[in-house]
Amino acid sequence: MTDSAARFVALEGVSLRYGGEGGGTLAVAGLDLAIARGEFAAVVGPSGCGKSTLMKLATGLAPASEGAVIVAGHEVTGPLKIVGMAFQNPTLLPWRTTLDNVLLPLEIVEPYKSSFRRDREKHVARAKALLATVGLSGFEARYPWQLSGGMQQRASLCRALIHEPALLMLDEPFAALDAFTREELWAVLQALWMERRFTCILVTHDLREAVYLADTVHVMSARPGRVIETRRIDLPRPRDLEASFAPEFVGIVHDLRARIAEARAAA
Amino acid sequence: MSPRLQATLMPWLVVAGLFAAWELLVIVAGLPPFVLPAPTAVFAALAEFAGPITHHALHTLGTTVVGFALSVAGGVALGVAVGSSAVAYRSLFPVLIGFNSIPKVAIVPVLIIWFGIGAVPAIITACLISFFPITVNVATGIATLEPELRDVLRSLGASRLDILRKVGLPRAAPYFFASLKIAITLAFVGSIISETVGSNEGVGYLMIQASSRFQIPLVFAALLVVAAMGVAMYFVFAILERRMTFWATRGVDAGYATGG
Repeated sequence: MTDSAARFVALEGVSLRYGGEGGGTLAVAGLDLAIARGEFAAVVGPSGCGKSTLMKLATGLAPASEGAVIVAGHEVTGPLKIVGMAFQNPTLLPWRTTLDNVLLPLEIVEPYKSSFRRDREKHVARAKALLATVGLSGFEARYPWQLSGGMQQRASLCRALIHEPALLMLDEPFAALDAFTREELWAVLQALWMERRFTCILVTHDLREAVYLADTVHVMSARPGRVIETRRIDLPRPRDLEASFAPEFVGIVHDLRARIAEARAAA
Repeated sequence: MSPRLQATLMPWLVVAGLFAAWELLVIVAGLPPFVLPAPTAVFAALAEFAGPITHHALHTLGTTVVGFALSVAGGVALGVAVGSSAVAYRSLFPVLIGFNSIPKVAIVPVLIIWFGIGAVPAIITACLISFFPITVNVATGIATLEPELRDVLRSLGASRLDILRKVGLPRAAPYFFASLKIAITLAFVGSIISETVGSNEGVGYLMIQASSRFQIPLVFAALLVVAAMGVAMYFVFAILERRMTFWATRGVDAGYATGG
C-alpha cells in the first residue's frame, strides 16, 4: 500500500483553539490519527471531547491552529470538495422533494454541475437507484416533512453519497432515532459501504454502533481531545445484529467503555 | 354549519356586527353626522360620490402599488446583502433602524419641495415606509441558515452564490411573503400620508377636501374604501404566500402539498 493510501486521512499533531490566539478554548491538542483509503473508522469518546471538531478539521471546514491535516496526499488548506456529510439533523431542504434533495450535490459539485441539466435523466435514474438501496423506493416525490425521522436520515445518507465522494463524514447520524430504526440503518450503511468502499469517518456516542460498523475504533480523551487508543475490529463482514450480542463483540464494547470511563475520570 | 363555511362567514359577520354596533351607538348617543356619521350615512355618501371616490381610490392604488413594487425590489436587494454578510449586517442595521424610526410624515414636505405636488412624493413615501419589514425578514431568512447545512454545502465546494441560490433564497421565501402582507398595508399608509400633505389627487387629498367642507360622511366613506383596498391586497399576497411556500405552512394546510 502506498503512503497516501495507508494514510488517506492523516492528522499529525493537530491542535485547534476556538476563540482567538492565547485565550479561547482548546478543543483538540496533539491529535494524531491515520485512516487508510477505503477504511471505515469510528471515533468515540466522552461528550465534549472534540469529536465534531475532528470532523471539521478533516474536511477543511476549520483550519488547524497547529499541526497538519493531510487528505489524499495533500495538506488541507480549505474546504475539501470530495466529501459527503451527514449529521444527526438530516438537514433536508423542505421545499425540495426527496429526489431533488438527493440531487442537490450534483447541482453544486463539478464535474456534474456544468452538465447537470443535460444529464438530468441519467442523474435521476442514479438517485432513484440509490434511494432504492436504502429502501426509499416510491418516496421520491414526497417532501422530507412527509417522511419519518428514519426515512429522512436514509435520504440524508443518499444525499451524502450521490456524488460518489471519496470520503464520507458522519456526525452521529443515527443518534436521534429509536433503537430499532438505528439498527436497521446500521445494516443499510454497512451494505452501502461494502458495495462502494468509500473511506468513512463515523463520529458516535454509541459503542455498539462503532464496533458493528467500523474497521478501527479511535477513542478520544476528554477535552482537549486527542486519540488515546486505536482498536482494530477484525470481526467478519457482513456483520449482523446477532453477532453484536456474541461474547467477542460484547467484550470489545466493554473494553472500549472502560477506556472512555477512564478518560472521563481523568478529566 | 360546516367548519369551512363557518370560517368563510365569520369575518363578514364580525364586520356586520361592528357596523350594527356603530349605527346603534350613533342613534343612542344622538351624535350629529359631522361628529360621527352612522354607517348608513357613510354608505349613502359612498353611493352619492361613487365617481370621485373611484377616481381618487384608483389613483391611490396606483401610487401605492408602484411604491410597493419599488420597496420590494430595494428591500429584497438590501435584505440579501444584509443577510449574507456579517459585515454588512453590523454596518447597515443601525442606519436602517434609525431611518425606520423617522416619522415619514416629516419627510413628505421635503419630498414635495424636491419633486413638486403629485404622484412622485406619494410613491416615494409608500416605498420608504414599507421596505423595512421586507429587508429585515429577508435578511433573517438568509442569516438563520443552519450551520450543518452550510457545512454540507461548503464541503461540496459550493460558492457563496451557490449557497444563496440553492438554500438562502428559498429558505427566506416564507419570511419574504410574510413581510409582503405587512408591507402592502404600510404602503397604503405611506401614499395616503403624502396625499394629505400635498397632492391634487388620491384618497388622502379627497379626505382633506371633504373634512374642510365638513363632509364627514365622505371622509369616512373614503376611509372605508382604503380599508377595503388594504384587505384586498393583503389577501392577494396571502394567497400568493400559500402557493409559493406551501412547504412552510404544512401544519396549517398540509392538504395543499399532498394534493399537488
